[in-house]
Amino acid sequence: MSTIEETTRTPKHESPLLAGQSSQSLNEHFQGYMRRLKSGDLGSMPIILGLVVIAIIFQTQNDNFLTPRNFVNLVLQMAGITVIAYGIVFVLLLGEIDLSVGFVSAVGGVGMTILLRSGVDLSFLSFILPDSVISAFAPEGGWAWYVAIPTALLLTAAIGFLHGMIITLFQLPSFVVTLAGLLAWNGVVLILVGQGGTIIIQDRVAVGLGNAFLPDTWGWIVMFGAIGLYALNLALRYRTRTKQGLATKPITLLALQVAVLAVLGIIFVYIANQDRGVPVVGIIMVVWLVVLTFLAERTRFGRYVYAIGGNKEAARRAGIPVERIRVLVFTISGFMAGFGGLILASRLRSVATNAGGGNLLLNAIAAAVIGGTSLFGGRGRVNSAILGALIIASVDNGMGLLGLSSGNKFIITALVLLAAVVIDAVSRRRQEQSGIR
Amino acid sequence: MSEQPILEIKKASKSFGAVQALIEVDFEVRPGEVMALVGDNGAGKSTLIKGIAGIYAFDKGEIYFEGKRVHIHGPRDAAALGIEVVYQDLALADNLDVVANMFLGRELVQAPWRLDEAAMERATVETLDSLAVTTIQSARQIVAGLSGGQRQAIAVAKAVMWNSKVVILDEPTAALGVAQTRQVLDLVTRLADTGLAVVIISHNLHDIFEVAHRITVLRLGQNVGTYVTAESDQQEIVHAITAGELQFVPGMAQE
Repeated sequence: MSTIEETTRTPKHESPLLAGQSSQSLNEHFQGYMRRLKSGDLGSMPIILGLVVIAIIFQTQNDNFLTPRNFVNLVLQMAGITVIAYGIVFVLLLGEIDLSVGFVSAVGGVGMTILLRSGVDLSFLSFILPDSVISAFAPEGGWAWYVAIPTALLLTAAIGFLHGMIITLFQLPSFVVTLAGLLAWNGVVLILVGQGGTIIIQDRVAVGLGNAFLPDTWGWIVMFGAIGLYALNLALRYRTRTKQGLATKPITLLALQVAVLAVLGIIFVYIANQDRGVPVVGIIMVVWLVVLTFLAERTRFGRYVYAIGGNKEAARRAGIPVERIRVLVFTISGFMAGFGGLILASRLRSVATNAGGGNLLLNAIAAAVIGGTSLFGGRGRVNSAILGALIIASVDNGMGLLGLSSGNKFIITALVLLAAVVIDAVSRRRQEQSGIR
Repeated sequence: MSEQPILEIKKASKSFGAVQALIEVDFEVRPGEVMALVGDNGAGKSTLIKGIAGIYAFDKGEIYFEGKRVHIHGPRDAAALGIEVVYQDLALADNLDVVANMFLGRELVQAPWRLDEAAMERATVETLDSLAVTTIQSARQIVAGLSGGQRQAIAVAKAVMWNSKVVILDEPTAALGVAQTRQVLDLVTRLADTGLAVVIISHNLHDIFEVAHRITVLRLGQNVGTYVTAESDQQEIVHAITAGELQFVPGMAQE
C-alpha cells in the first residue's frame, strides 16, 4: 500500500535519469501521481477515505462525534496504541512479529508506578551495602519522576533486548519467543501489582504525561515552530539536490505541501483549543513520529531494517550485521512498548492487575497493519502506526458513543482490519502486474 | 594484459560434512583478463566463488591478492581488497530503489547518523551512465519493477562502482533473452578493457568462447585444467568438463 518514499523524494517515473534536467512542472508531477494511483500504488488514500467514511457514519448517528471535546478525547485514546505501534512497525519491517508488547508496556507502566511509590527495596543487601546507599535507592516517598521514568524505559528496552538475543542466538522464530514473553511478562505484572490489585500514581509529572494540556498560546507556538522546521527541512533538501544537479519536485508542490500541513495544524490547534487545549500526548506522538521516521528513512540503521525485510540474504551478503540489527529492532520495540505503557498508566492514573491485557496487543499490531505496513517485511512507514491507530480509536470511540457492546466493537474492528489487509493485497497485485512501483 | 595474477588461490579445500566440495584447487586471474570458470553442476564453482567472496572460509588453502597473502573472513574483507561478486540471484533487495541497492551495506553518510542521499543518487546516475545503461528510467525506481536485464545491469554496476579490481559474475546471462545477453557480454568485455580482472561462471560455452581469454575447468571439486581460449575449442572443454583427469579419487578422505 505504501511505498518507502512517496511524498519526500524525487518523483519516480517521469524523472530523467541523467542529471542536468532538473525540476519538472507541477502538472507532470500530478500526472505521475495519477499514474501511480491507477497502477495500484494507493499510498495513504484508502486510510484517508476510510477516516472520512467513519466520520460521516458516526456523525450522522450521533452528533457528539465531531465535537472539539470528542476530538481531544480521540487523541488521548489513541496515544498509547500509537506509541506501541511505532515499535511494531520496525518489527514488521523486518518481517518479524512481537507478541509481547502488550505486557511489556504494562511492565513499563507498573515499573514506573512502583518506583515512584517506593523505589527499589535493597534491604536484603544490607549485609554488604551501607544504609545510606540502601535508603538512596528506596527513599521515603519513592524515586523522583526523572529517575523513575528513564529506569522503567530502560527496563522495557532491556526486555526487548533479551527477546532479540534469544531469537538471534538460538535462531528461533520471533513468534514463539515473544509468545513466551507475553506469558512471562503477564506473570511479572501480576506479581508486581500484587494483592492490592491497583496502585495509584500520585506524581504530578507522571500523571500529566497522559492527562495534561498545553496552554492555548503554547499550542500555537509549538505548531508553528514545527511547520517552520518542516519547511526549512524541505528547503534545505531542495537546495542540496539542485546543487548536485538531481531532479527535484516542483517548488510550487513543496510550497503546497507546507501549506496543507499548516492548514491541518491550524485546524488541529484551533479545535483542540476550543476544548481543553493541545494534549501533551499529541506532541509526544508527533515527536516520536519525526524521530522514528528519520531513523527509518534517513539513517543506515533504517536502511538496513528495510533491506533485511526485503531480502535477508542480500543484506547478509552486503555485509550488513543482520543479527545485530534484529536485536536492536526488538530493543526498540520493547522501549516503545514501555513508553506506550507509561502513557496508558498515566491516563488511568493507576496500574492494576489487568494492565497490558485485553486487546491492547492486537490493537497495536492492527494499527500498524491498517496503516499500511506489510506483515511480510520490507514495506511500510512509521506514519502507518499513527494513521492506523487513528482509525482504530475512531471506530472504538464512535461505537462507544453509540453505546454498542464490546462484542460489536470487536467485530467491527476486525472487519476494518480485514478490509485494510485486502486492500493492501489487491493493490500490491495490481502493482506487480503493472510492473510499476 | 599483465602476466602477474591479481588474485591467486592455492590448494583450496572445502568440505561440508562428508561431502568434499573442493579438493586442493588452484585458480588465478590476471588484470584485464576475462577468466571463465566452468564445470558441471556440483563441480564446486559456487563453493570456490563463495570462499573468495568471504561467505565462508576455505578449510585449507591460501589466497594471494596482488602477490600478497591475504585472509578473507567476511564479505567486507573481500570488498576491502576490491573483490566484488555478482550472484546468480543478484542479491538485490526488491523493496528498495536502485540507489539504495547500489550502496547497500556501504551507504554514504553526511554524519555518522545521516545518509547522504543526494551524493548516492549522483554517483549511481554517473555509474549507470558510464556503463551506458540507458534502459533505467529513474535511479529512484524500486528494483521489483525492473526487468531481468535491468536488474543484471544494476548488479554489475553495483560491483564496479567501488573501484573494484576483481569482478566475479555468476551465470550473468542464464535468465536473459538474446538482446539482453548481448548487452551483458558487451558489458563484460568493456569491464576487462578497463583493466579489471573478470571471472565469469557460465554453462554457455558459446558465450564463454566469445568473451573469455582463459578457461578454468572444475570437475568433482578439482581443477582439471586451465586452457587459453584462443588455443582451444569447445570440444576440448566439453571433454574436460565431463571426463577431465582427476588427481584425487572422489570419496576418499584426504591425508
